[in-house]
Amino acid sequence: MTEKLVIIGNGMAPGRMLEHLLEAAPDRYAVIIFNAEPRVNYDRIMLSPVLSGEKAFEEIVIHGDGWYIKHGITLYKGHRIVAIDREAKTVTSDHGVTESYDSLVIATGSVPFIIPVPGKDLPGVLTYRDLDDVNAMLLAAQSRAKAVVIGGGLLGLEAAAGLKERGMDVTVLHVMPTLMERQLDPAAGYLLQKAVEARGIKIMTKANTKAIFGNGKVEGVELMDGTIIPATLVVMAVGIRPSITLAKEAGLEVNRGIVVDDRMRTSDPAIMALGECAEVGGHVYGLVAPLYEMARIAAARLADGEDRRFVHSDTPTKLKVTGIDLYSLGDFADGEDREEIILRDASAGIYKRVVLQDNRIIGTVLFGETADGAWFNDLKKKATDISEMRDTLIFGQAFQGGVSSDPLAAVAALADDAEICGCNGVCKGKITGAITGKGLTGLDDVRAHTKASASCGSCTGLVEQLLKLKLGEAYNPAAVQPMCGCTSLGHDDVRRLIKAKGLKTIPAIMQELEWKTSCGCAKCRPALNYYLVCDWPDQYADDYQSRFINERVHANIQKDGTYSVVPRMWGGVTSAGELRAIADVVDKFEIPMVKVTGGQRIDMLGIRKEDLPAVWADLGKAGFVSGHAYAKGLRTVKTCVGTDWCRFGTQDSTGLGIRIEKFMWGSWTPAKVKMAVSGCPRNCAEATCKDVGVVCVDSGYEIHFAGAAGLDIKGTEVLGLVKTEDEALEVIVALVQMYREQARYLERIYKWAKRIGTAEIKRQILDDTSKRKAYYERFVFSQKFAQVDPWSERVSGKDKHEFRPMASVGFAEAAE
Amino acid sequence: MNWIAIGAIADIPRRGARCVETPQGKIAVFRTADDQVFAIEDHCPHKGGPLSQGIVHGVAVTCPLHNWVISLETGKALGADEGAVRTIPVRVDGERLFIALEALASKAA
Repeated sequence: MTEKLVIIGNGMAPGRMLEHLLEAAPDRYAVIIFNAEPRVNYDRIMLSPVLSGEKAFEEIVIHGDGWYIKHGITLYKGHRIVAIDREAKTVTSDHGVTESYDSLVIATGSVPFIIPVPGKDLPGVLTYRDLDDVNAMLLAAQSRAKAVVIGGGLLGLEAAAGLKERGMDVTVLHVMPTLMERQLDPAAGYLLQKAVEARGIKIMTKANTKAIFGNGKVEGVELMDGTIIPATLVVMAVGIRPSITLAKEAGLEVNRGIVVDDRMRTSDPAIMALGECAEVGGHVYGLVAPLYEMARIAAARLADGEDRRFVHSDTPTKLKVTGIDLYSLGDFADGEDREEIILRDASAGIYKRVVLQDNRIIGTVLFGETADGAWFNDLKKKATDISEMRDTLIFGQAFQGGVSSDPLAAVAALADDAEICGCNGVCKGKITGAITGKGLTGLDDVRAHTKASASCGSCTGLVEQLLKLKLGEAYNPAAVQPMCGCTSLGHDDVRRLIKAKGLKTIPAIMQELEWKTSCGCAKCRPALNYYLVCDWPDQYADDYQSRFINERVHANIQKDGTYSVVPRMWGGVTSAGELRAIADVVDKFEIPMVKVTGGQRIDMLGIRKEDLPAVWADLGKAGFVSGHAYAKGLRTVKTCVGTDWCRFGTQDSTGLGIRIEKFMWGSWTPAKVKMAVSGCPRNCAEATCKDVGVVCVDSGYEIHFAGAAGLDIKGTEVLGLVKTEDEALEVIVALVQMYREQARYLERIYKWAKRIGTAEIKRQILDDTSKRKAYYERFVFSQKFAQVDPWSERVSGKDKHEFRPMASVGFAEAAE
Repeated sequence: MNWIAIGAIADIPRRGARCVETPQGKIAVFRTADDQVFAIEDHCPHKGGPLSQGIVHGVAVTCPLHNWVISLETGKALGADEGAVRTIPVRVDGERLFIALEALASKAA
């Protein structure tokens, strides 16, 4: 005879239990579910993406209506059980439905904790628990008004991020000094706060809520210290409590949760409990992994299957806010018998900490880069002795095994006269001599005594390695973010070593710097190719196979595999003849889209690769050359019409823009470089958000740099004012050359400038005339090899193979 | 197997690729740094990007559209991504290259 199984609650834990049970004993039970929520089983963990708009509710449903029908399960939606009669073995819902059971499973989950302050019941005060809460928040968010989230834990931060994403002005109140203090150490809490604040969310720590106030609805929150924060929505996310009232009223043993044994049985043998409402071995759980383990055990017991028992284990915590990577696991408090390994990279916002006891991992906090979380978790679970890999443990799994990973080998092999610090001209011998001779012990000492690494700082990694080499374990340098998985060296180290060791080919770099892969990867090869092009313009043969396709075929690849073509229009000026030539090309090659770009020129999109050389040939006849719209190189110089036409113009901005573009086109740079010249401070060419910009004034030319108007928006900084066009050109060229020589591949000018510091750039470009002239000369020299129009080269037959298929086969057979 | 000539190994640059057009779509033929030759469908399992246009490293290619890394030996996506393209048998006879089009032909039939 089929037994009757009644389940109270339809969350993730009982849902998973049913899946296991249906697999093990499909026909044994007639299943009846009472769900207080009026809907099917869904993935509660994914509510945050629903709130932020990254997912729709339909996408997070685990079991749709059809699933219940298919398995013959009766689901009472919107029925809350109000009584359990253990004598009669029945349950009764608030709608008056009574069902009898042979086995009963209580999975009532948890209820949000409401802090007992005045105003907690005002309309506009919500919790964050189920889909109804999310819908209410979404409704409130339409106002795009102010919201306060009380609680800086996992749920609170996810709610805050979601509300912010929906356009609200969000403040998070957290009672402790750092966020997520139960899962994170203070250092990671600090980084998390910075990352959350960077999204425009305000955070107030040590914020004790005194009252929520408002007349008929929420108007704001008052703190203990008297601070008033206006808000039309307050979300309480201060924690959850197991929902145990029903079990308690039925006379079952309860403590913090419903007490169950390690097979999920309550004090009544016919009743089991699982999920967030259950307490096993003194623990209650809120994360999904242990809840799923409970589900597996409960199903096994119901099916009289394997004798599986619940064992406590730590579960990692992850934050589900797009763009913030956070992972925490286990115990990470300091202790006398504990040791820790820490890696920090301030500029990349990375923090990793592994806590060890007896050479075994007991806790991990990862921020900014969490890919190795699972690996650390595994080592912890298996209690692996890590002493063998201790030195490289913190770098993660990719760095284990392999013998070649002595990061000091490359530096040790350097000759004494190899230049380490390019800014101040300091060689290796001078630094190592000072370390031993003067008994230096740290980076600051080396900076003070030798000036190495005291200017732009890009050689810091190498100086630290020299310290390590001389001082051994006594010195512990901060870890460097490697270029990619192929090396443990960072970009700056590689750039310095290319110069110091005179490395002039990619294979030479890979050999001398002990690359871990045979021929690199798509991350390091383009970077190395650029560094070599920049450093040895007259000697290095550009390796086209190490260039991204756009730079290899001098056009922009589109999503459908066709290309777009943008010819140069110097300073954004064109003519009837040029426009006519473009029109003819568009007609002849049936180019599907013609678009004016943001850089004052014309883009032809949808060109087949095979047609590119013919398109360029026609454009070339009209005098066009490549606009390098695809290049990590000089893109456009936008201009306004200046003194030629404009009644406000103070200088010939169009002329200067064209002059700069004609001087600098063809140069390769670490990332794209966009420029503009405006004829007066009204700034019609929008020069103040460019990589380099000029704003003309009566007294001369104000040189701007380090602006951004893409992923980041940032106004430029003023480098200085010069009196003549010639000076303006010299300063701009020198600045770009300094950037070319120092920046990391794909690093835009504003990021490089932030790293180096505006003061240092001004010092080298404006104050130090000989430095400026040297930069200028090196750029001019490099241009001799760079200013070749790649389109006309290819029209004359270079790289023919790129544009033609190797063969056409099989067509005859198909025609038969 | 029915081997069809497609050209010579020297037609393909080292760490590069060329396309072979067939009625069933483009095939990308790769030549690695150590002169191994592989052929796979020119169609990334992610969003259909032309793999022949990617950067070749080791025995893998990185798709130019969204940087998936595809193994040239197995056609499978490497790393965290999941998906695969079909591989096409290649025979190197001295300098000459041949591919077996049977798989494609059977698909057409």
